[in-house]
Amino acid sequence: MTTHDKTIPQTVPIQSATFSNPINAEIRRAAATGIYDIRGGGAKRRVPHFDDLLFLGASISRYPLEGYREKCDTRVTLGTRFAKKPIELDIPVTIAGMSFGALSAQAKEALGRGASAAGTSTTTGDGGMTPEERGHSTKLVYQYLPSRYGMNPDDLRRADAIEVVVGQGAKPGGGGMLLGQKISDRVAEMRTLPKGIDQRSACRHPDWTGPDDLEIKILELREITGWQVPIYVKVGGTRPYYDTALAVKAGADVVVLDGMQGGTAATQDVFIEHVGLPTLACIRPAVRALQDMGLHREVQLVVSGGIRTGADVAKALALGADAVAIGTAALIALGDNDPKWEAEYQKLGTTTGAYDDWHEGRDPAGITTQDPELAARLDPIEAGRRLRNYLKVMTLEAQTIARACGHNHLHNLEPEDLCALTMEAAAMAQVPLAGTDWYPGKPGSGY
Amino acid sequence: MQSIDLSTTPLREMNATLQAQKDQTNATHWEIHNPRGAHAIAVGLDAPIEVTVRGSTGYYCAGMNKQATVHVTGSVGPGVAENMMSGTVIIDGDASQYAGATGRGGLLVIKGNAASRCGISMKGIDIVVQGNIGHMSAFMGQAGNLVVCGDAGDALGDSLYEARLFVRGTVKSLGADCIEKEMRPEHLEILRDLLARAGIDATPEEFRRYGSARKLYNFDIDNAAAY
Repeated sequence: MTTHDKTIPQTVPIQSATFSNPINAEIRRAAATGIYDIRGGGAKRRVPHFDDLLFLGASISRYPLEGYREKCDTRVTLGTRFAKKPIELDIPVTIAGMSFGALSAQAKEALGRGASAAGTSTTTGDGGMTPEERGHSTKLVYQYLPSRYGMNPDDLRRADAIEVVVGQGAKPGGGGMLLGQKISDRVAEMRTLPKGIDQRSACRHPDWTGPDDLEIKILELREITGWQVPIYVKVGGTRPYYDTALAVKAGADVVVLDGMQGGTAATQDVFIEHVGLPTLACIRPAVRALQDMGLHREVQLVVSGGIRTGADVAKALALGADAVAIGTAALIALGDNDPKWEAEYQKLGTTTGAYDDWHEGRDPAGITTQDPELAARLDPIEAGRRLRNYLKVMTLEAQTIARACGHNHLHNLEPEDLCALTMEAAAMAQVPLAGTDWYPGKPGSGY
Repeated sequence: MQSIDLSTTPLREMNATLQAQKDQTNATHWEIHNPRGAHAIAVGLDAPIEVTVRGSTGYYCAGMNKQATVHVTGSVGPGVAENMMSGTVIIDGDASQYAGATGRGGLLVIKGNAASRCGISMKGIDIVVQGNIGHMSAFMGQAGNLVVCGDAGDALGDSLYEARLFVRGTVKSLGADCIEKEMRPEHLEILRDLLARAGIDATPEEFRRYGSARKLYNFDIDNAAAY
């Protein structure tokens, strides 16, 4: 209660937790424009994540390896189940699928350069394969998406692996979106669409529905490519146990599992923030599905969505993943949301670290744009070098942790190396709450 | 004439043999016997060869075809000639769902009927169906021509981009943003050529043309009910 009588003690104004300032601003924006908020990136809300896990390190019961002296292997082979030519990577950190169209040609080239220099793979996106990307990527995964933009058998055979995209973490159950301002002449030609229109990608594949069809689709792709290259199946984090099991049943060599922190070029904010599971909640069910089928490590699991550091890499691998994929972090390494563009972010009504209007094509860093002048700001050689450095640092960090836990290969990290800081993380990761031998849902615990 | 019997030859061996044919091959005529509804027959071909499949096939027959002419004497399962780039695919019988899906070029002729989603997301392919087509055909069709000598089912051309649709019979309903358009002389010429190439005796003037109203090309809240 407030009163105008200043002689009486006043209550302080209290902001509503329910109708917070950001919520109220969104209500006003929706009322003014009549359109939902569209943005890029992944979930920004706080969810249980790798930060909620800690490594225990070595002790009397386990002895560590000497840093810089004793080898800690980082190599990983993806696609060992059926492909004649599995992908062999020097590091277990790959670059996730991002389209030419969503990103500039320079950015795609930089991703290829950086990934190749670090000995890992990069991935096309919802717009086909560009010559620059193929030319600068020693290992390129070709996405097979519902839209089939630019899809052709020649590129299919040029790929080192094929990734059948069923969904992604930012918008599981949703299709793609590339707004008209980013449909340049070249993008329009690659996608067989008129210039300047809003390009909507379907959420379902046009010629198959369900796991039985998927098995036949994978057969067709293998027949076209001579069973040479691995077939990945990418799913968003929704029902990871069953989706993993069904992807494996359909014949996948590799399952790519993307949690809700995984980014997108553009979709509705309400979709990004309210649909799907946190990455942390996805890994153990997926691993259990592989173990139940007797195929853990034979069908590889690649986890993505919010991977930022070598610690995240190590934690994902300890929980059972074979490799991780990064998207948003790779863009930041190239120069996205760099403070040097703060003045321009301010002009766009945002600030460094918060810029997510990737769909508008006005990215000051020249990454999420098709504007020739903005795109020219990104030097693909220098940006590729930054990405390579970042990938190397992540790998060194993961190795540091693995050695400290006594492992001579990153894949030897295991759940027993971890504990959780919160009940939620303990339940999701199925590792003990720190200082206990218990986690919610532990078999036999009664809880 | 080269002959492959699928009752004794593995699918992989058959496809590898056909895929190995190059532009200058002398083995230009092939017959596939006993397909027995197998999936992925004659996929990924890339040479000017003629392949006759004697019988009916399963999913994705002639998928991603380039240059080749594939003739199926029976009926085909879902996704025949999906993502075809060039060449010709002829089906004597009926086609299941998704015929010619995402096709980017070439000619697909279906002498029987085609089920739902015929020409879904087509990107430049020409499809001629002598019979009827099912619902949601040409959904999100981007480019190319779909010719239907019979009737079309519900929601024809829903969310259509720039593909042209020609229907001689009735259309049960049009999908969002699909409208009937004027048949101009240049369209009659396109139609006449397609019918001739498909070997179908029909009069272009009997057809009606449908295309995109282009009202959904850029988001407008007043069109929200159509999304």
